[in-house]
Amino acid sequence: MKDRKQYVRWFQECDLESIPLVGGKNASLGELLKAGIPVPPGFAVTTEAYQRFLDEGGIRQEIIRIAGTVRPDDTDTGEEASRRIRALIESTPVSLDIEDYIGEFYRRLSKRSRVPAVPAAVRSSATAEDLPGASFAGQQDTFLWIRGMDDILAHVRRCWSSLFTPRAMAYRAKMGFDHEKVAISVGIQKMVNSWTAGVMFTLNPSSGDTSTIVIDANWGFGESVVSGECTPDHFVVDKVTMEITKRTISAKECLYTVNPETHAVERHEIPEERRTNQCIIDDDVVALARIGKLIEKHYGKPMDIEWAIDKDLPAAGRVMILQSRPETVWSTKKVEPVCKPRKSALEHIVAGLVAGKKIT
Amino acid sequence: MADNKFLSPHEVETIPGTEGWERMYPYHYRFSTDDPERRKYEENMFWFNDALHYPEPMYPFDIIWDEAWFLALSQYNTRIFMVPPALGVDHRIINGNVYITPVPVTDPKEVENRIPLFMERAGYYYQNWDKLTGQWEEKMKKIISELKQIEIKPLPEIEDMSVVTEGAGTSSGYHLLKDYDRLIDLGILCWQYHFEFLNLGYAAYVTFVDFCTKAFPDIPLQRITQMVGGIDVIMYQPDEELKKLAKLAIELKVDGEIGTDADIDEVVRRLSKSENGRKWLEAWDNAKDPWFYVSTGTGWYHHDLSWNDDLNVPLNSMRIYIEKLQQGLSIDRPLERIQAEREEITREYRALLKTDEDRQTFDQLQGTAKLVFPYVENHLFYVEHWFHSIFWNKMRDVARIMKDHGFIAEVEDIWFLNRSEIKDALWDLVTSWATGTKGYGPLHWPPEIAWRKGVYEKFKQWTPPPAVGTPPETIAEPFTIVLWGITNESMAAWAKLREIGDPDKVTELTGFAGSPGVAEGVARVCRSVDDINKLADGEILVAPTTSPSWAPAFQKIKACVTDVGGIMCHAAIVCREYGMPAVVGTGQATTILQTGMKIRVDGDTGKITLLDRV
Repeated sequence: MKDRKQYVRWFQECDLESIPLVGGKNASLGELLKAGIPVPPGFAVTTEAYQRFLDEGGIRQEIIRIAGTVRPDDTDTGEEASRRIRALIESTPVSLDIEDYIGEFYRRLSKRSRVPAVPAAVRSSATAEDLPGASFAGQQDTFLWIRGMDDILAHVRRCWSSLFTPRAMAYRAKMGFDHEKVAISVGIQKMVNSWTAGVMFTLNPSSGDTSTIVIDANWGFGESVVSGECTPDHFVVDKVTMEITKRTISAKECLYTVNPETHAVERHEIPEERRTNQCIIDDDVVALARIGKLIEKHYGKPMDIEWAIDKDLPAAGRVMILQSRPETVWSTKKVEPVCKPRKSALEHIVAGLVAGKKIT
Repeated sequence: MADNKFLSPHEVETIPGTEGWERMYPYHYRFSTDDPERRKYEENMFWFNDALHYPEPMYPFDIIWDEAWFLALSQYNTRIFMVPPALGVDHRIINGNVYITPVPVTDPKEVENRIPLFMERAGYYYQNWDKLTGQWEEKMKKIISELKQIEIKPLPEIEDMSVVTEGAGTSSGYHLLKDYDRLIDLGILCWQYHFEFLNLGYAAYVTFVDFCTKAFPDIPLQRITQMVGGIDVIMYQPDEELKKLAKLAIELKVDGEIGTDADIDEVVRRLSKSENGRKWLEAWDNAKDPWFYVSTGTGWYHHDLSWNDDLNVPLNSMRIYIEKLQQGLSIDRPLERIQAEREEITREYRALLKTDEDRQTFDQLQGTAKLVFPYVENHLFYVEHWFHSIFWNKMRDVARIMKDHGFIAEVEDIWFLNRSEIKDALWDLVTSWATGTKGYGPLHWPPEIAWRKGVYEKFKQWTPPPAVGTPPETIAEPFTIVLWGITNESMAAWAKLREIGDPDKVTELTGFAGSPGVAEGVARVCRSVDDINKLADGEILVAPTTSPSWAPAFQKIKACVTDVGGIMCHAAIVCREYGMPAVVGTGQATTILQTGMKIRVDGDTGKITLLDRV
């Protein structure tokens, strides 16, 4: 595995510099890890691996040939070419070398996750030159609950082939990009088997207080919280001191979890006697809030975060960040001073006294 | 506010068998319907029970401090600093409980007129704060030394010959009256000083609190206090003295002789035998004045004894430190950590502000609040502890004379007379002494005191309503906000409290979140500092209130609950330093909780949950 870094890399080995090799998505996961923000563990299959797959499979020329048959004014020819190229990629075996790299990393990921043949998400991670087209060059190609080496490899190839969707091909044709030069990386990431999950804001969404981190939590997947289907447990944490300043334990009626057989997500009623139990321990609330503070610092703005606590991983590393995006409600408001500036503290004191304290 | 209806003050019923209780207190403290104007005023004001200072009903004598602050607080607001929207705080008594109300300036024009006066006057104090508080300390030391010098002397059968030879021209009877007057006068004077800086101190603090809560609606009040609070606070000094003495005992190798259970007399006897022992005793004696004048209660009641009144209290507390030292544990306050934490917190909140204007305001207000805060924290030691502790004992000297003359049966009966009645009784006493007849007092006071004791017991059984009258829309009076924490939440909590009847049905108590964190454990109810020896490691202390003399208890416990106190109270401050949860100002924890109960103390939310009854 001497030169394995050319072909497979743990997320923590990815960063913005390695985008040509691991794509934007994997690189950003690596950056998050570097900032101390835990994301579900996984690894990138590099663009180099993809290139080697084309060469060793002897299909590069064939792909170029088929892509050459597309007539810009005829969408039917595009559809046909895409179908043929994708079939070619998905049916061509991966060389033993590459299979070994991916297999070894998948095995290690399973071991680390303490789950044999760990269910994983397999998703494409587009490289810089494809970024403008990222929305169709891969984003839909996320495959969840993929389990076992054969399935993993099959879905890696499906991600690779996603470079050749009709829209991606048409886009490149329009922009004058060379089909031969494009490449794609694939991320393989442990599916979070969430015990408890929810959302976190790095400000108080009800008051805009930026000294606050607010966490909503329920058992199972975060869907029950995100959809608003169930009233979650609610925590307010002081961002400066990391103390839990408010804790509201709600009656939580349902949860979502995965069926281990079918891998389908199922809704379950929560038994009466468990409903008002706190679904996340205080230590994890504080651990999450600390991570929230890091994420906010990483992006330089208040964030809206999806998180989960994994059942499988060891206690110290169970808290996981699934998704973060900038908070939009308060962050876009015009910033006004809290109170009118005055010449001296005394003037503030007088103003404060005169206003008094409303008790309505 | 609409659903928080409170009784009219005139609707509260007299407890059967206590009719006529009003005569125990100054006459103007009663609610009255006789005059329509006064009646209307009383109905329209919002009167809340000052359970913060008075967790028990008032003894007729102890009302002296209430009268003293009634005058002092009010005069500084109304007549001296001219606080624009706030006049004084008015007082009444219902069934032995003090009710107070802040009186606003209602005419907006008048508020306007007061602004320039306030700016000039308060401005002068803020600008010269350090100089003036320095003067204040000198003034306080002077009156304390004067207080100590007052000698209440028994009346002799025959006056000393020197009265004749020196041409004194006065008798011991006159001097008794005069010394009593002086004693009372010094007490009133010390409370005049007490409020010299306090109104302005609280005003500056409230303004900073206000700004912080506007900028950060979720910020815990404790954090704001932490940003302005001092570290080297005088109130910690008594405890620091004990630590020093504990260290000295180890250093001089006299810890063995101090032992674990001998009383102070025995310890003194043992130690006087060796040179090291005498060295230690000298340090012990030096600590007594002023540090052992620290009260074991709040100092507001005559029964709040100081360490000097029972030296076994500091002795036993010090033993807890000796024990820790013997186990090789540190007993020092982690000053550097506390300091660093404070600075870090201040820096972080400041950084979270969104505009430069806000940072400027923050700096102005934090600066002023920090300037005034040492006084806010330190005045207590001078007044409520040092002065009061000496004062109560001078009053006991007066009581002894009254007892000798049969006016009262026991020294401790004196507290059932108010200060004016004592003056009258002393007149009775000295005139009969001078005349060589029997006074009327021995006939009048003992039965009256017996009746008052019965009334007092009935007062104790009664649960005072948290408030009566009509709540206002705004409160501007700084004390009302800071000290009593009159907020929407507290009024709602009071309304809820009224609905709970039977204490055995209570499963949850609420108070102020004094110090963050959650702890579960076994409750230990300590009604006075004498009980802290019974604390086992890891128990939860449940106390009426705590004071610096309780400090050693905090070495053992894992959480603390009190009946009385806000987030600035002793228990809250100490728990924050030790990083253990505290819920304070629960009003009734010592009534409802019992030793041995398993409870959960949530210092984040101010909730106490009963997990398991005894």
